[in-house]
Amino acid sequence: MASLRCFLRSGKNAVSAVLRREFHRTSPAAVQVTVRDALNQAMDEELERDERVFLLGEEVAQYDGAYKISRGLWKKYGDKRIIDTPITEMGFAGIAVGAAMAGLRPICEFMTFNFSMQAIDQVINSAAKTYYMSAGLQPVPIVFRGPNGASAGVAAQHSQCFAAWYSHCPGLKVVSPWSAEDAKGLLKSAIRDDNPVVFLENELMYGVPFEMSEEAQSKDFIIPIGKAKIERQGNHVTLVSHSRMVSLCLDAAAVLAKEGIECEVINMRTIRPLDAEAIETSIMKTNHLITVEGGWPQFGVGAEILGRIMEGPAFNYLDAPAVRVTGVDIPMPYAKILEDNSIPQIKDIIFSVKKTLNV
Amino acid sequence: MTDVVSSEAIAQKGSYKCDVHKLEEGPPLQAVLTREEGLQYYRTMQTIRRMELKADQLYKQKIIRGFCHLYDGQEACAVGIEAGINLSDHLITAYRAHGYTLTRGGTVREIMAELTGRRGGIAKGKGGSMHMYTKHFYGGNGIVGAQVPLGAGVALTCKYLGKNELCVCLYGDGAANQGQIFETYNMASLWKLPCIFICENNKYGMGTSVERAAASTDYYKRGDFIPGLRVDGMDVLCVREATKFAAEHCRSGKCSSPYVTTFALLIHCSHSYRTRDEIQEVRSKSDPISMLKDRMLSNNMASVEELKEIDVEVRKEIEDAAQFATTDPEPPLDDLCNHIFYNDPPMEVRGTNPWTKLKSVS
Repeated sequence: MASLRCFLRSGKNAVSAVLRREFHRTSPAAVQVTVRDALNQAMDEELERDERVFLLGEEVAQYDGAYKISRGLWKKYGDKRIIDTPITEMGFAGIAVGAAMAGLRPICEFMTFNFSMQAIDQVINSAAKTYYMSAGLQPVPIVFRGPNGASAGVAAQHSQCFAAWYSHCPGLKVVSPWSAEDAKGLLKSAIRDDNPVVFLENELMYGVPFEMSEEAQSKDFIIPIGKAKIERQGNHVTLVSHSRMVSLCLDAAAVLAKEGIECEVINMRTIRPLDAEAIETSIMKTNHLITVEGGWPQFGVGAEILGRIMEGPAFNYLDAPAVRVTGVDIPMPYAKILEDNSIPQIKDIIFSVKKTLNV
Repeated sequence: MTDVVSSEAIAQKGSYKCDVHKLEEGPPLQAVLTREEGLQYYRTMQTIRRMELKADQLYKQKIIRGFCHLYDGQEACAVGIEAGINLSDHLITAYRAHGYTLTRGGTVREIMAELTGRRGGIAKGKGGSMHMYTKHFYGGNGIVGAQVPLGAGVALTCKYLGKNELCVCLYGDGAANQGQIFETYNMASLWKLPCIFICENNKYGMGTSVERAAASTDYYKRGDFIPGLRVDGMDVLCVREATKFAAEHCRSGKCSSPYVTTFALLIHCSHSYRTRDEIQEVRSKSDPISMLKDRMLSNNMASVEELKEIDVEVRKEIEDAAQFATTDPEPPLDDLCNHIFYNDPPMEVRGTNPWTKLKSVS
């Protein structure tokens, strides 16, 4: 298995990074690719592969993307396929859904998912439910993508995590990549999927480089939606996470390993459909479960996982109650000290592991 | 019985009024109605009328549940619009959709069976009154106004694929105040999408009269930079000509911009919020089917008997359909969880409790 280095950053200040090196067994063709470039590659490849794919959103064309995710695409594909929209989410999301209904394969970018709230009716009522309501007559092959969750210093209205809200709804698939490979493989899958997919990225991860295997660099590399990945094997406790929090889990695991506690870190990759089986299999080995997410605790991703585990075969294997590590149940504050203490930190994960293991 | 039946007649539009907005001129004030066309429009409008009245009956008997937004009285719109476009064009409307489902290729049987929630329904009983679909007809949409951006998206696809097709985006006077419609006007204009926005003004948005909901009831002007027409929605020929006019402009690339067309209508009956007196008054003053019938009879385009025969045939079709709709079985429980995703392998869906796992196929 390829090793990886992850640099944890918050905003422009590089925080002290926890480096973890293992004995390399990677092929010489592996390269370092940022999440941003991986997303860009995915879209470029899929635009090339299928004429019906197009991208629309604010600043995606001439500005090269608000976060530069679509850099170079307008230059290469032109006005027809990379479309700048006015700042009218409800309208352009509806237009994107209609285009999908009539046979195209749109990628609808929300500058952040906070703005998707303006368009949420189109995502849920027009996109997610239509195949069912039409009893199979009208599919909606669309991807809604953009950064989700907390960023740095953008305060309450720009920091909400929408994983739980979208994952509540049947008819949607909800994907949350962590690494560059995740980003590329899952976005390609999402674009090729004939159903509405909500693709939750993370602004703080865009600039983070990951090693990308030769296999992952291929134009046909896809990661199936609905399957989690074990990023680190361990025997003592299962940490289940998605998106940026996977980095924190790995960092916490590195610290705990020095004290002899081996964490199994599961990267969910997909929130809906949930890969409950992967989590259950892990719990049957470790007997302990902690979920880690950036979003709010009530009715969140962790709450769902815990509910499923209670109802499933893994319950009998738990030696302690499963718990959740989440964002604090408040709107996101601005001041750095407050913001830092509003989301899980590595020490919170370590603390929770030790409490769960009673050490 | 007259033995002179003309094959064509020039239809005078005596009381015809067409207001224009941002246009030099509107559609021609004269049109040719052939006997064949006349009979076809008559039959289709009568079919819609009878179907909706039957649905009303079934609704009052509680055989149709939930919402049932009826189209009787507005038939000239659906029929006139379809006469002005092709089946290869596209159309989307809100929830008063039964008439359009028919003109866009659905059958009375499958429409009525959908209303009664049976497996023979056009959406297998899973959609109901507000969610019916056929080829190039995107429903049937329950959320007021949401269908308008969708329609512009369909138009975007038409332009993208270069097929010279257009999309008719319908909405009511109530929806006309929705923000997303103005967002759509903006983008459709900017990107020159081939769509025709059509407002069916029946003077009431749900229960609220237009004067109390809209600061400007000149709906055909509210597209601002988009040219507009206002025509009598009770006259199937006016509707047809206005639609043709708008469609030609959409297609020719002459002005390459969308159109807002308002059909001012007086709703006939069955709009839930009218008083009985209002309904009686309206019914006596204008009825699109009577209007067409009178026109055809006075121009010797058809005989009374001929039209009566059509009435009889239509009644029979509706009766048969109603019979089917009330006897066809409900969908099987196996179908409950199907059609969540398209082109996906079968999956499990949680039932109401953790021990119930239901099967879902595409």
